[in-house]
Amino acid sequence: MSGGGEMSEVKGEVWTLAEVRDGKIHSVSRELLAWGRELADDLGAPLASIVIGSGIKGCEKDLIPYGADRVYIADDPAFKNFAPDMMLKVIEKLVNEYAPSILIASATTQGRTLMPMVQAHLGCGLTADCTQLSIEKESLRLIQTRPAIGGNVMANIKTKGRDPQMCTVRPKSRRPLAADASRKGEVINVDMPKDAAASILKFIGFEPEHSVGLPIQEAEVIVAGGKGMKNSKNFAKLSELAELLGGTVGASRVAVDLGWAPYSAQVGLSGKSVTPRLYIAFGISGAVQHIAGMSGAEAVIAINTDPEAPIFRVADLSVQGDAMEILNGLIDAIKTRK
Amino acid sequence: MRIAVLVKQVPAVDTVKIDEKTGTMIRDGVEAELNPLDLHAVEAAVRIKESRPEGTTEITAFTMGPAQAKKAATYAIAMGCDKGVLISDRKFGGADTLATARTIAKVIEKNGPFDLLLSGERATDGETGQVGPATAQFLGLPVLTYVSKIDDLTDKTVRVTRAVEGGHETVEAPLPAFVIPVKEMNIPRLCTLDGKIHAKHTEIETVTAENLGLADDELGLTGSATQVVKVTYPKVTRQGKKIIAAGKLDTALAEIMKIMEEKNCLEAAK
Repeated sequence: MSGGGEMSEVKGEVWTLAEVRDGKIHSVSRELLAWGRELADDLGAPLASIVIGSGIKGCEKDLIPYGADRVYIADDPAFKNFAPDMMLKVIEKLVNEYAPSILIASATTQGRTLMPMVQAHLGCGLTADCTQLSIEKESLRLIQTRPAIGGNVMANIKTKGRDPQMCTVRPKSRRPLAADASRKGEVINVDMPKDAAASILKFIGFEPEHSVGLPIQEAEVIVAGGKGMKNSKNFAKLSELAELLGGTVGASRVAVDLGWAPYSAQVGLSGKSVTPRLYIAFGISGAVQHIAGMSGAEAVIAINTDPEAPIFRVADLSVQGDAMEILNGLIDAIKTRK
Repeated sequence: MRIAVLVKQVPAVDTVKIDEKTGTMIRDGVEAELNPLDLHAVEAAVRIKESRPEGTTEITAFTMGPAQAKKAATYAIAMGCDKGVLISDRKFGGADTLATARTIAKVIEKNGPFDLLLSGERATDGETGQVGPATAQFLGLPVLTYVSKIDDLTDKTVRVTRAVEGGHETVEAPLPAFVIPVKEMNIPRLCTLDGKIHAKHTEIETVTAENLGLADDELGLTGSATQVVKVTYPKVTRQGKKIIAAGKLDTALAEIMKIMEEKNCLEAAK
């Protein structure tokens, strides 16, 4: 830690933890910058991104135009695969050196694994899966807003004690800022901490999943199916519509339990909470636990034979009818559209 | 091999009703159950025990909460765990994920050493998923999250498959390690009558704040670093709008297409 005048200007920076997948900056990193920019401006503080990865030289080009004033880059072969124990050491070193006031990360499998470790290691507070962030005017503290009790209550949470104030942010809770190529920023290369040897985790391999579209939490359009799809063959047809719409297939708990869809597609309290632009529910009755996971969608279309299906109470458009008939009709309509 | 499983009692989601006015869950009078995602951790532990020579594996279920949370540990025993520990004290009340993980880690340390630790992905009430990885870190153990399969377990290492964005990753960690399964790992068994009777007669040890080695300001609300300062009910709770009755296929398709158009969802189809 080096004190002195030049350090005081960077004290209290707002930090976002960029997410690196396959050696590339993932788009959730730019969503974080959109949040971070607003917070930093409200605080009058600089905004910086932390990038930890391997072979990521030049990655600042994916961050500075989107709002970052500084980019701290830890580029080391040790980070070729996800190594949270090593990332923790880099973050610890940086936090001790630069004392940021805020550190936000994405609520992805990476962020949700690493950040609780940072929390325990540094003894800082951490709020999970926020959908809204703001600065409280009087105290200049971070207000972290997250859905609670199934999404219909919002809890505002404040961090006390040691800084940084930390939270994970739900993907798609904000769009990235438009790129501004004229923005200038500073790059700071971070040396590996001396005590960082190698990750205790041994990477064996990666098997990509051959599913249509983005991971469900990042999808703009979700075509979801439930018990009303009747069988796995019918359910598989949903991916055809999803593909046409550039979307991803989602599923109710029942559909996952029946083996029609993988757990990664499950929407609801015991699955994922999603916030797409459009959510189309085929043959999903809409149990409380399902609605809790999808009511953040911009628009909801529901198709069900039962006019009393609870999902109709939250849908912008409810269609009483056979899921397969509507699904096939839609696929044809889109394909034949001029 | 000694295995620890962390379980939590939560309100039974399936029986929860929504208050039509406020749009919140009505929790009063709602039954409690073992957090559904924890069942997969318990099941994984019990399967490991069953796959090893009899008498060589012992599973302890830990749960933190008020006195009635004991039921969560009892349920875990009915599924096949051997022992149960309830972590309960008024001083633990209001703990956030930091204070909770700190407390659980201390209790585990005192009951250890363990070779393998497991917990559910997250609880369906708090929905943070932070306590597992934070507890592992307090214990200084490697943590394997989002585990969909335990590929191999020896006395020294555990090799798992992790379900991450875009695919499955295989990773190996030395023991002791902390493994956090996701739902796709297994289908939890139902408790047998024998299991239930056995569990009912198994004493659950209670651990309080006393002799834990943590100061009062490290526990509960005081030991927490986050606090809820305000709860708001979003003004616009989703409401059902237009309903198209059965038999009007063309109208239905036209209306759906209109929304897709409005939401710019048809660009990909061009």
